[in-house]
Amino acid sequence: MKLNLRIWRQDGPEDKGRLVAYRVDDADEDMSFLELIDVLNEKLILDGEEPVAFDHDCREGICGACSMVINGEPHGPQKATTTCQLHLRHFRDGETITVEPFRAAAFPVVKDLVVDRTAFDRIIASGGYISAPTGAAPEAHSTPVPKPNADRAFTAAACIGCGACVAACPNGSASLFLGAKITHLGELPQGQPERSDRVIRMVKTHDAEGFGGCTNTGECAVACPKEIPLDVISQLNRDYLAATTHRR
Amino acid sequence: MGSYSDFIVGSPLVDTAAPDGPIETRWERRRFGVKLVNPANKRKMKIIVVGTGLAGGSAAATLAELGYQVSSFCYQDSPRRAHSIAAQGGINAAKNYRGDGDSIHRLFYDTVKGGDFRSRESNVHRLAEISVQIIDQCVAQGVPFAREYGGLLDTRSFGGAQVSRTFYARGQTGQQLLLGAYQALERQIDAGNVTMYSRHEMLELIMVDGRARGIVARDLVTGETRSHLADAVVLASGGYGNVFYLSTNAKGCNVTASWRAHRKGALFANPCYTQIHPTCIPVSGDHQSKLTLMSESLRNDGRVWVPQKAGDTRAPADIPEAERDYFLERQYPAFGNLVPRDIASRAAKNVCDAGRGVGPTGLGVYLDFADAISRLGRPAVAAKYGNLFQMYQRITGEDPYEVPMRIYPAVHYTMGGLWVDYDLQSSIPGLFVVGEANFSDHGANRLGASALMQGLADGYFVLPNTIGDYLARGVEPVAADAPEVREAEAAVAGRVEKLLSIDGDRTVDSFHRELGHLMWDHCGMERTAEGLRKALDRIPELRREFWQSVKVPGAAATLNQSLEKAGRVADFLELAELMCLDALHREESCGGHFRAESQTEDGEAARRDDEFSYVAAWEFTGQGSAPVLHKEDLHFEYVTPSQRSYK
Repeated sequence: MKLNLRIWRQDGPEDKGRLVAYRVDDADEDMSFLELIDVLNEKLILDGEEPVAFDHDCREGICGACSMVINGEPHGPQKATTTCQLHLRHFRDGETITVEPFRAAAFPVVKDLVVDRTAFDRIIASGGYISAPTGAAPEAHSTPVPKPNADRAFTAAACIGCGACVAACPNGSASLFLGAKITHLGELPQGQPERSDRVIRMVKTHDAEGFGGCTNTGECAVACPKEIPLDVISQLNRDYLAATTHRR
Repeated sequence: MGSYSDFIVGSPLVDTAAPDGPIETRWERRRFGVKLVNPANKRKMKIIVVGTGLAGGSAAATLAELGYQVSSFCYQDSPRRAHSIAAQGGINAAKNYRGDGDSIHRLFYDTVKGGDFRSRESNVHRLAEISVQIIDQCVAQGVPFAREYGGLLDTRSFGGAQVSRTFYARGQTGQQLLLGAYQALERQIDAGNVTMYSRHEMLELIMVDGRARGIVARDLVTGETRSHLADAVVLASGGYGNVFYLSTNAKGCNVTASWRAHRKGALFANPCYTQIHPTCIPVSGDHQSKLTLMSESLRNDGRVWVPQKAGDTRAPADIPEAERDYFLERQYPAFGNLVPRDIASRAAKNVCDAGRGVGPTGLGVYLDFADAISRLGRPAVAAKYGNLFQMYQRITGEDPYEVPMRIYPAVHYTMGGLWVDYDLQSSIPGLFVVGEANFSDHGANRLGASALMQGLADGYFVLPNTIGDYLARGVEPVAADAPEVREAEAAVAGRVEKLLSIDGDRTVDSFHRELGHLMWDHCGMERTAEGLRKALDRIPELRREFWQSVKVPGAAATLNQSLEKAGRVADFLELAELMCLDALHREESCGGHFRAESQTEDGEAARRDDEFSYVAAWEFTGQGSAPVLHKEDLHFEYVTPSQRSYK
């Protein structure tokens, strides 16, 4: 199949950037979207042009590296699908596709489609863990976890940290990402001792990193490739309220 | 200078630092025997950890928690993206929660046998012992393992085992374990005990006075190359399966860190031991950039079959039961669809070679859930495997609830790697190697759900105990401008410059693809002396062509993904040669390594224990020149080598 691409090119953080038109004539409907860019890049290299820089690694939908907006939607039009798992059979022959980086104040563009998401790491570093020194853990069966809690914890823990929620949000909020971690650890008995401190510290970092506030537009959950449910944000708000009103 | 298909036999490796005596007490005694570092001194000691997967992430977090100053490096934008994240199925542990006869000794036994008697008993026993602690540790960190309704942990069974000892978190166990290690690492970063260098790639090992003292790393965003010095260096940089171009590895996984260390003197052990995973989605076309694995746990409920007649192109539903061949159940009745990976992979290859393969390319077999769906109901199957089914459908456009999945073996994991002793120290003092990057625990074939176990055992429990023994003996400071440091920096700069200046007419990927084809054809699931010799003739030519006609656009002082790839492929072009030589010299079939010349009458792998019961550890002598083979003899006191049978 033949596809027309309009791809965002930006040499570096200081460059203004622009959309550049390309054409790929030998695309195949079994290709993934990233393989389409591979094909384009091979051609660009041989033509003496710089290939399009983009983040990718596992190409099986779990590492969270790929970060592009396709026709206005993070990870493209297919529900619950990362870009690396998006196949061309979902596009029409001859279609024009616009490809841009994730856009958010807290995710500066590094080059072309590559953005800097280290703000997510700093949010986790500020409290998104359970302090469990190695080698001193109690026997695993000594703390039963009710299955519904374990299941909900897992559903929230499935977040891959890709940042699509931020890119989709009109406010550039990372509340879905933050809520997912708060819910994951908050559902487990092991997460209780640090629960209040965790939410206060993580929210503080979230705001300091330049992510916006949540106004419940729900775009984040629609864009999320792992279908993290919106109720993790309600959980985040409940935990935050409880932590700030019942300070020890 | 000898040609590369020759090699020189060097001195044997006799000291592996493992204690002798009763195997159950060896690890405990070794731990007691190591010298300890005073807490005040730990604060002054610096350790570099390269790689942030299960082994590297857990090692960096634990070493920092012990009080060392740690610098952690990964090429991804965040340590959370290391490829351990993609492991689906589970992690083994000898907890015996099911009361089905499991024990530390049985896990030890299964692992030694599953590795086709090419691993070390001492190491494997330690791994089985520690497996129990790993589950406790991960549960304490909040890893959401699957639970029973009573709140206790659930388990399932996996290939190569008759007991249910695999702990899992839906089909995303690797992700959850990695997030546990990553969160522990981030906690130490926040505490100031770890300095994180993401988007950095190690390009050279710095050695001073015969010891590993640091690395040269390139900042992948600015292109700046800088030296980082330390008292010890830990490589946790993963496996090298990407030498085959198509594999289940992440696109960025590479051999550079290990290969640079090998060129500086670290022995490379059993490079030809590649695991071929039986359940991957078949290749669909030339555009393909990687292969996707479907968890082996699917073999618990999926039945593998092909049509009995060659060239049968009917839709699977139109092939009646009597005309199907459930070949694993037929050939291996005791284990059925759960035979180990090497056996299942070769059986699938054999039926496809006989013309009975399915799908457009004929390189595929069915993995059918129809029986499971009618027995358990669709919701129960969806609860167990839903995300895997969804992933399959996304990639192939077919619904596995309605039609059987098509699967084919693919390159998955490399059991070979840098040689390490019992303390996980390489042949270079001060260079430690953990996880898939070392060679030690899986022998010639890895059992399912053992990779996650080994990565975490090394990182959380083994290395933090053994590295102190080296550090406690004292390490002299190195000046930042020492000649060895300058030399390593110059080597990196020269290489980068050279790659950018060739400006030929072939892309890096075209070389990588060609090398991959060559390796899959001649050094893949089945190998012959003739094929390996062909590959050994072609690889040096291909390498010459690469250095003459590769085209790497762009500049050094910027994010340049073509340059990154070029450096990695250059190293694969050297490693590939060593892999083929290792495969050629090992004239036996063993685990994932099947030599067509060495098979039993019924086509099973025939080991030749009298001649080949050793680890082959290779010493580098220069590009294209005959390497030196150091043999480490393997001794079996607790599990007697026997023909593996799963019938």
